[in-house]
Amino acid sequence: MAGLVIEREVLIEAPAEAVWRIVTEPDQMSRWFADRVELVVEPGAHGYMHFGEAGGPVVVETVDPPTRFSFRWNYPLEEEPVLGNSMLVEFTLTPEGEERTRLRVTESGHELRDWPDAEKQRYAGEHQEGWGEFLDRLAGVPAVRQPG
Amino acid sequence: MTTQVDDELWSAIGDPSRRRVLDLLVSHGAVSASWLAGHVPFSRQAVSKHLVVLEEAGLVSRRKQGREVLYQVEADRLDQASRAMADLAAQWDRRLAAVKRLAEAAHAETQRKL
Repeated sequence: MAGLVIEREVLIEAPAEAVWRIVTEPDQMSRWFADRVELVVEPGAHGYMHFGEAGGPVVVETVDPPTRFSFRWNYPLEEEPVLGNSMLVEFTLTPEGEERTRLRVTESGHELRDWPDAEKQRYAGEHQEGWGEFLDRLAGVPAVRQPG
Repeated sequence: MTTQVDDELWSAIGDPSRRRVLDLLVSHGAVSASWLAGHVPFSRQAVSKHLVVLEEAGLVSRRKQGREVLYQVEADRLDQASRAMADLAAQWDRRLAAVKRLAEAAHAETQRKL
């Protein structure tokens, strides 16, 4: 399914295993993502991200060390994150040589929140295509690209 | 946390067909619904539906010219959408930069211990 996808990446001077630990270990995640992270890194596990006084539930989807990790979160809503009410965050770690890792993140689902179910189904069924030209023309949005 | 964007705006631009309609409006200025229908691979009825959603989200406005109704893009609202996307991207850039810093420091630490 293609919709609005934020996609960013960074090249890190460390092996994938080292990057994996920072990306997935709850103690490490609390240093770059949320203020406090309660999470068991297993597919299907439920957790919680604290941002100051607020927070939101998280569900782990994919755990494939040291290359793929994904979870759904729906901050600042308190509902169970499922397709349609939440954002899916997917990390992909690609080793480039022994000491380097390309870390890519995509975040999708922003536009599906709060849609009527029928609209979501229509959307999911109809749209395999990605971004139109429209957002490519919007200045200063290098993050937006056609999902592969 | 980021530029506040209402769900209406996300939904409006989240649909590729509607982006196509917006696309045409951005590149051709004020045009009628029938003109649009002649330039997209979906029905006139679908075009009308998309225009309603876009209008409700504030991305498109209409005006009468003679007997025709012309639709045009609301640039400010479009900018708002664009800024919101850029904010989300910048937020991820900051997170990735922090991951990079932490991973490189942890790796350097491991190397020292060897």
